[in-house]
Amino acid sequence: MSDWRYRLAEQRGTLLAAALFLVMFVIYVSNHPAGFTSNVVQTAANKGVLLALVAMAQTMVVLTAGIDLSVGMIFIFTNCLASYIVTGSTPTAVLGLVGVLIAGLACGVINGLIVIYGRLQPIVTTIATGSIFYGIALWLRPQPGSSDNFNSDIADWMTGKLPGGIPTSLVTLLVVVLVIWVPFRRSEIGRAVYATGSSEVAAYMSGVAIRRAKMAAYSLSGLLSAMGGLYVTFITYSGEASFANGGTYTLYSIAAVVLGGVSLFGGVGSAIGAIFGALAFRTIGDLLFVFDLEPLWQPLFQGVVLLLAVCVGAARLFQVRNRLDLFA
Amino acid sequence: MSERTASLTSRLPAALRRLDPAVATAFGCIIVLLLLGSLYSPEFLSPAYLLQQLKVASFLGVIATGMMIVILLGQIDLSVPWVVAVGGMMACAAAAHGETGMILAIPFGILCGVALGFVNGIGVAYLRIPSMIITLAVNAVAQGLMVAYTGGFSPQDSASTAMRFIATSEIVFGVPMALIVWAVIGAGAVFLFTRTTYGRAIYAIGNRERAAYLSGIDTQRVVMFAFAISGGLSAFGGVLLAGYASKAAQAMGDAYLLPSIAAVVLGGTSILGGRGSYLGTVAGVILITLLQSILSVMQMAEFGRQVIYGVVIIAMLLLYGRERLLR
Repeated sequence: MSDWRYRLAEQRGTLLAAALFLVMFVIYVSNHPAGFTSNVVQTAANKGVLLALVAMAQTMVVLTAGIDLSVGMIFIFTNCLASYIVTGSTPTAVLGLVGVLIAGLACGVINGLIVIYGRLQPIVTTIATGSIFYGIALWLRPQPGSSDNFNSDIADWMTGKLPGGIPTSLVTLLVVVLVIWVPFRRSEIGRAVYATGSSEVAAYMSGVAIRRAKMAAYSLSGLLSAMGGLYVTFITYSGEASFANGGTYTLYSIAAVVLGGVSLFGGVGSAIGAIFGALAFRTIGDLLFVFDLEPLWQPLFQGVVLLLAVCVGAARLFQVRNRLDLFA
Repeated sequence: MSERTASLTSRLPAALRRLDPAVATAFGCIIVLLLLGSLYSPEFLSPAYLLQQLKVASFLGVIATGMMIVILLGQIDLSVPWVVAVGGMMACAAAAHGETGMILAIPFGILCGVALGFVNGIGVAYLRIPSMIITLAVNAVAQGLMVAYTGGFSPQDSASTAMRFIATSEIVFGVPMALIVWAVIGAGAVFLFTRTTYGRAIYAIGNRERAAYLSGIDTQRVVMFAFAISGGLSAFGGVLLAGYASKAAQAMGDAYLLPSIAAVVLGGTSILGGRGSYLGTVAGVILITLLQSILSVMQMAEFGRQVIYGVVIIAMLLLYGRERLLR
């Protein structure tokens, strides 16, 4: 296998993100008062998986050279919806769970339809649809709250530990990767997504099914955001239509995607990189806690880390061979 | 199709022919909104109400002016929310420092915004970081700075008299001072876009940065200063808002990011850059303000406002903001 260098180069972003996460996590755990126990890992995993799912959602759209600024609002909307319909006995709760996922998928399909057939720019479209999704969330939950017969058994199981102390949330994330991402990446439509992101015109000329690729990307983005929304409901048992939270998750999903080596110009990167980017970003926030810093400084610290990360990660300046390439 | 529209437009008078269809549609929608509003209550057509709307619109107008410069370049400035807050808070903080502080409050607030804008600009122009990312990061840093500075609460300092004067006072015939401020900034923007080489350079870069660079424009400097102007105008918007409410608050700028982008885009400016007129932005700002006002007068609940807002933006863009079919 003489092409290992190219294969490595292709995965460079993902590997860097994984390394960054490992370093951060080792620092975090070794300074944590409780040390490396399964409870510490479980808490970290539950928080990390939330962002990882939303970051995966963002990756799908970013790969097509678009951007989805509504992921945070779909997340909030599905959170509010789940707090109503994941109720009662286990079968009805599972039915509700499926309903939430379908609602998220529908949000993604709406985005896709407007971007593909309306031919509007993704950024403006998703800002506007985000406003709609947030409006619906606010209609469902004007005040934060939960249903009386919310099925907390499923919630506890999904956020708990499997035998052996492995957090269920991490296993769920692994299943999502294996069931959704890996087949998608290897399918014809997944390739079409990468082709569309690299150069839409070239992809069109080669007969790639651009519309189908974009539709798949946007609808999967909605579906994955809904999974994030479900998970936050499992953790909090309640729904909250918080505009600030929606905005934060959208922002963090973009940060995670960039940290994970996914190019915002499209066509480069993988959802696995974005997952590690999300986990690393979460751990950076948690580091402040173990180092006992003033909580008031946390937003500034996260902001500065984000700024430095993007300056290093996204600066194309150091790879340019010709001044004209700057403006490509 | 295009031939038919060409023959159709050639029959129109010259003044109408030059009018961008997007701008015309936006102004048409304003009139429709006003008529619909007047069916609900005749108050909507009274001069007092219209002047009040223009006063509220001028805060958004100032911020949208900065956003438009950046969008014309084909970039975007997502740092508006917290740069607005920085402008308001820093101006109020300066006003707390005695006599000189009172005098320097407004310039100091704007200067803080310009500084943040320069960080954006250097990142986009020289480090070539996508504007969406760097401005989000600067937004996060600005938020962090303000949270650390205020301790997470709204600051107690109140606005200086000069800030209150430019935001709330009225001069002859009840024309609000804020509207005059917007008019001055708007006139400056029109002059910049149509009568200066800098303005032409902005359009050129928005169309194709490579070509602009090859024709001898220092594109990187133009982009950097554009972000600095945008930061300064956002902060000035914050100064006006702080003067209007007589103090600054956390998250005071959150309600201005989406409307400022929407106003610019609804006014016919292409989000890809290089195309758009300031008249369109004026129409977009008034349209958004009227829409918000009418929805709140009709006592529409917040959720309904959010939904209608999103639907209207998409519907209007579908009318005239569509891209060309790839072929």
